[in-house]
Amino acid sequence: MSLGSVPLKYRISIDRDQCMKCMRCVDNCSYGVFRVEDDKILIDSRKCTACHRCISMCPRDAITLQERPVDYRSHPLWTVEAREDIINQARTGKIILAGMGNALDYPVIFDRLVLDACQVTNPSIDPLREPMELRTYIGKKPSKLDFTKNNADVELKTKLTPNLKLDTPIMIGHMSYGAISLNAQLSLAKAVAKTGTFMGTGEGGMHEAIYPYQDHMIVQIASGRFGVDINYLERGAAIEIKIGQGAKPGIGGHLPGEKVCSDVSCTRMIPLGSDAISPAPHHDIYSIEDLAQLVRGLKEATNWEKPVFVKIAAVHNVAAIAAGIARSSADAVVIDGFRGGTGAAPKVFRDNVGIPIEAAIAAVDQKLNDQGIRNEVSVIASGGIRNSGDLAKSIALGADAVYIGTASLIALGCRVCGNCYRGLCPWGIATQKPELVERIDPEVGAEHVANLIHAWTLELSELMGAAGINSIESLRGNRERLRGYMLDEGLLNVLRVESVGA
Amino acid sequence: MIDRTMARMDGSSIKKALSLMDERGSGEGAGYVAYGIYPDYADCYAIHVFFDNLLEPKSMVDEILQKWGRIVHQEEIPTYEQQDLKKEHIPWRYFFKPYTDLMVGTTNPDDDNVKHLVMTINSSIEGALVFSSGMNLGVFKAAGWPEDVANFYRIEDYRGYIWLAHNRYPTNTSGWWGGAHPFNLLDWSVVHNGEITSYGTNRRYVESNGYKCTMRTDTEVVAYLFDLLGRRHGLPSELIVKALAPPFWDEIDEMPEKQEEFMRVLRLTYGPALMNGPFAIVVATKDGIVGFTDRIKLRPLVVGEHGSRLYLSSEEAAIRTMDPDVENIYMPRAGEPVIGRVLE
Repeated sequence: MSLGSVPLKYRISIDRDQCMKCMRCVDNCSYGVFRVEDDKILIDSRKCTACHRCISMCPRDAITLQERPVDYRSHPLWTVEAREDIINQARTGKIILAGMGNALDYPVIFDRLVLDACQVTNPSIDPLREPMELRTYIGKKPSKLDFTKNNADVELKTKLTPNLKLDTPIMIGHMSYGAISLNAQLSLAKAVAKTGTFMGTGEGGMHEAIYPYQDHMIVQIASGRFGVDINYLERGAAIEIKIGQGAKPGIGGHLPGEKVCSDVSCTRMIPLGSDAISPAPHHDIYSIEDLAQLVRGLKEATNWEKPVFVKIAAVHNVAAIAAGIARSSADAVVIDGFRGGTGAAPKVFRDNVGIPIEAAIAAVDQKLNDQGIRNEVSVIASGGIRNSGDLAKSIALGADAVYIGTASLIALGCRVCGNCYRGLCPWGIATQKPELVERIDPEVGAEHVANLIHAWTLELSELMGAAGINSIESLRGNRERLRGYMLDEGLLNVLRVESVGA
Repeated sequence: MIDRTMARMDGSSIKKALSLMDERGSGEGAGYVAYGIYPDYADCYAIHVFFDNLLEPKSMVDEILQKWGRIVHQEEIPTYEQQDLKKEHIPWRYFFKPYTDLMVGTTNPDDDNVKHLVMTINSSIEGALVFSSGMNLGVFKAAGWPEDVANFYRIEDYRGYIWLAHNRYPTNTSGWWGGAHPFNLLDWSVVHNGEITSYGTNRRYVESNGYKCTMRTDTEVVAYLFDLLGRRHGLPSELIVKALAPPFWDEIDEMPEKQEEFMRVLRLTYGPALMNGPFAIVVATKDGIVGFTDRIKLRPLVVGEHGSRLYLSSEEAAIRTMDPDVENIYMPRAGEPVIGRVLE
């Protein structure tokens, strides 16, 4: 017996009075929603992903999108999604793939934390009139200063290991060439160069076009080792070993063959059109000491001139794992929370595995502090940072800096439709189709992303000034400037934050 | 104030100077510390304790002190109740010699022994609070107006070559005896005007290094930071001040190469020790005093000199009260340390 079709997710309609038949919707939709027959624009709403490309290009605001136009019988447990997933899997017998971050309705801890400001007893600082320091160094720090004293002369003995110098504590996370287009990556690269910060290459090698920005690139080594050779390592400003990512802890990366065009295949060093599926573990890292060896190996290969980061997904035992990483020669630990985005992940992982970044930062910061090594290693947080408020809260919970991913793509046009894995991104971001990729002008894209970083930096300065703080290191781990609103006691204890009013 | 020749002064003039600034306080906390006051017990740690009563808390403190060292002498600190200042706690003093061999894994066993005792007593013995623990020095403080507190302890009976005094207007924590300044740990004493907005970060840093914050106020971290950076890491006072109130990056970038590297490494190493928010602070040790303000000078600090004497105060009037013939009066720049060292 046939299962029949499930109702359409979105309905697109055109206000025919407004429409001037410019055909921009037809040209722009890469999913094939619109077609022209007998001078009439016909609509196949079932193909719509709610990417908003047609709506944003329509000069007459004639297009309307309605989500879930067909009702199901409402039920609190058997949600529409639960029912449709079962029908889908009954039909295919497959794992459901999904794009972007965790889409379940978990409470957002950031939204239950509030920041502080000065009143009377200490003056707030006006960043327009007083210095405000956001400069952040990522890398190992000495536990104490070593020096020799000859009478009044103090001679420094401490030699600092390489650190990355950031003008603002916002970096862009790892999104590979392959997962995103070259124009998207170029836009991001130009933006980080402009704003004095860094971005990750992802596990996709480094395309020649990125070479001019290599001083702002963090090259990634993941379990597939795609695109890795000594040339790649030497070009990066820093190296990151990716153990896991928040969107899919415990499994490797997945780039569908549709996205592996000839340029991607060369950069990644894999055959044209083949799926690039990274193994779940690194097959040379089965224990913490193996990781320490790889960290040292990478440093040795690059003459101990580059900081090495280790990225892990925020899982239950994240604090202890981070403490183990901090004891290797690694210079920074990257923690990726369960809201972290991705081009493609099994939906069951995306929505169910891992813990929120807020709790992970606090737990890692506390563990490192308890062990007396917090300042010796940097902590980078990522996974669902949406605005400068989230940024300030992440730092107050203990992060040195953050990676943004989805936010930087939204600055390039992304509307979080979640179909990245299909390779048809009409915004030219998560696609390799030349006609789509060219929709991004890297100069314009770079300006938008740089604007975003700049705007958040300004807002962070204002937030710090209002809290009477003129240097970012005084915000780091400063739980006094946070309060929890409607958080339960267990979570307040994990976050080491007091309740509002306390 | 300090007399660099170590000539000892009694507490009467600083009492007058502090009382002049009554409007900076609210009658809920004042205190004094003087160095050189216990010459007869100069080689003992003078441990001042507030006891709620002399029963359980005192027997527990006696017991732990006797376990970790020898009590050379002990007595109640003489006090004289004032109309507006009653004896809410019993101030007691021990002259104590720690057993050196009990503290292992340290280059400074005596100090670490006493530090450990202070942290243990303050965090685990109810009804006992150690508020002074250095050699040949003593803190005298209570919740009251400066003149009442001075008269309560009759501080004019003590003679020291360094005196710090403080008048409190409490905001963060109510006026209780332990919350009054100066704060002391071992040889370090601190008075502080201001509010440390980086307290959460500084506190985590000192806790990470084995200190326990028990006084419910931000100032105590200053004492611990000085102890950590000065005693345990061996930084001279100029460098401690540069770590706590460093130059801005823009200034560091312009420095000659060697100095730039030094300041950059110092800032990176001691980032969590950087103090933010408005403050003027004076720290004393047996070797001298150092005063400094926050990096944008949101609190006043005035310096006066006269012969071997150096005065630091929030107000010029207070200095002139102590020494009408003071010669050189000036205001230091933001973050710039003012140091008065005992002459060798």
